[in-house]
Amino acid sequence: MTWSEMSPLLWEATGQTAVMVGWSTLFTVLFGLPLGVCLAGTDRGGLFPAPAVRRVLGLVVNVGRSLPFIVLMIAVIPVTRVLTGTTIGTAAAVVPLTIGAVPFFARLVETALREVGRDVVQAAEAMGAGRVTIVARVLLPEALPGLVAGLTVTVVTLISYSAMAGVIGGGGLGDLAVRYGYQRFETTLMVVTVVVLVVVVQLAQTLGDAVARRLSHR
Amino acid sequence: MITVSGLRKAYGDVVALDGVDLHVGKGEVFGVLGRSGAGKSTLLRCVNLLERPDEGVVNVDGRELTALGAADLRRARQRIGMIHQHFALLSSRTVAGNVAFPLEVMGVGRAARARRVAEMLDLVGLADRAGAYPAQLSGGQKQRVGIARALAAEPSVLLSDEATSALDPATTQSILALLRRLNRELGLTILLITHEMDVIKAVCDSAAIMSDGRIAEAGPIPELLATPGSRLAAELFPLPPAEPGAVTVALGTDPTLLSRLARTRDVDVAVAAGAVEQVAGVPAGRLRLRITGAGAAAALAELRGRGLLVEEDA
Repeated sequence: MTWSEMSPLLWEATGQTAVMVGWSTLFTVLFGLPLGVCLAGTDRGGLFPAPAVRRVLGLVVNVGRSLPFIVLMIAVIPVTRVLTGTTIGTAAAVVPLTIGAVPFFARLVETALREVGRDVVQAAEAMGAGRVTIVARVLLPEALPGLVAGLTVTVVTLISYSAMAGVIGGGGLGDLAVRYGYQRFETTLMVVTVVVLVVVVQLAQTLGDAVARRLSHR
Repeated sequence: MITVSGLRKAYGDVVALDGVDLHVGKGEVFGVLGRSGAGKSTLLRCVNLLERPDEGVVNVDGRELTALGAADLRRARQRIGMIHQHFALLSSRTVAGNVAFPLEVMGVGRAARARRVAEMLDLVGLADRAGAYPAQLSGGQKQRVGIARALAAEPSVLLSDEATSALDPATTQSILALLRRLNRELGLTILLITHEMDVIKAVCDSAAIMSDGRIAEAGPIPELLATPGSRLAAELFPLPPAEPGAVTVALGTDPTLLSRLARTRDVDVAVAAGAVEQVAGVPAGRLRLRITGAGAAAALAELRGRGLLVEEDA
């Protein structure tokens, strides 16, 4: 394969990966952040302890995390159909990607929030701050560098998950490598795809690290 | 200003507070002394109900906190400042942002907030560090930020949880001097807990000593010094073991008492041992004296009459 043959394929696949990872990252933060806050808050000694609620949430999160992504992707097909009206294509892939990443990100959010000192939370309580104020103005801002680091790991994981999206016609870089590199023995394209993936992950990690560092005043 | 009565708190089998009564008057600096595990930290945290006592009543500035609902309690807490051993500053906010936090909680507007923050930073001498982050400050500076933050909402009461225990001696002295100044200038009532005797000597008007979840002794320091067998007096102003023929006398409020006694009762007064220091800005302490001469008995009677005779002829 020549470069001019590969180039449009690569651009299209990169675009599909970007769309899948971009949207699923957005939805993952939207659902995963509140879930992580609930996981941390409902724990014993948390801001709103509720052991029963925490057990249920923990169970759901652990079930989500214990399924291999490729199995989860197939298993949630009925949900995908309800939400997007279709079960194949790039848009359809966003649903399993989000469902796969939310529990993962939620655990990272929980860990980041736990890192915030108990004394800081109590100081805010002593000043008469309510729970909503404490979450919004103490916990989340104090944990922000950790949250950004967690988000970075999640994005890299989503890039890796998205490589499996070819199974349901999602396209993307992983799909390109499988269809051309593996099934058609296009070794050059395989190598180029791997290089692109490495560069993309590297960029995501570097950017995430830089932002986290910039936000940290510890 | 602060009255707690019948406070009990247990964690499982461990009794942290075992029936504590305490009264702190308006404008007073009150120190609670005790070893770690004595329950003093629990006591302090019960005053603003960070810990809810199992039994007992807490009154601060005329409000019975133990009877308030969640929303009223939050409002009442805004009027109770607190400073912490490890400062508990928000690392993500600048010095100014930290001091502004309680004002945000109260819903004070942006302009008023900025004014008040500038005022508070001036008060604690950190006006030039407003834009710095806590990680860039020394321990003493962090505690000054803590104090500015605690006072931003104009509280009537300041609670101090071992506020100088993480600081070196010189910084401790400067923080204590600041607290004393704020107490005088603002009429601020301060309740502090500490395990350091020097803190009590340096700033407190009154003190209590706590052990095993109980208040063993409490009162104004000059009174405690004049109380026979006072544990607090013995710890604050230790004297060597008593000796025959000598008496232990509290240094009262009358600085010329001893010289006048020598003149009017025709006695000789010799100091055998003594521990005298400035406490809350006035000299206080205990002396071991040998009083000899014709009027010795009458002189001792006068000292006893004034309530200054702590130990006789051991």
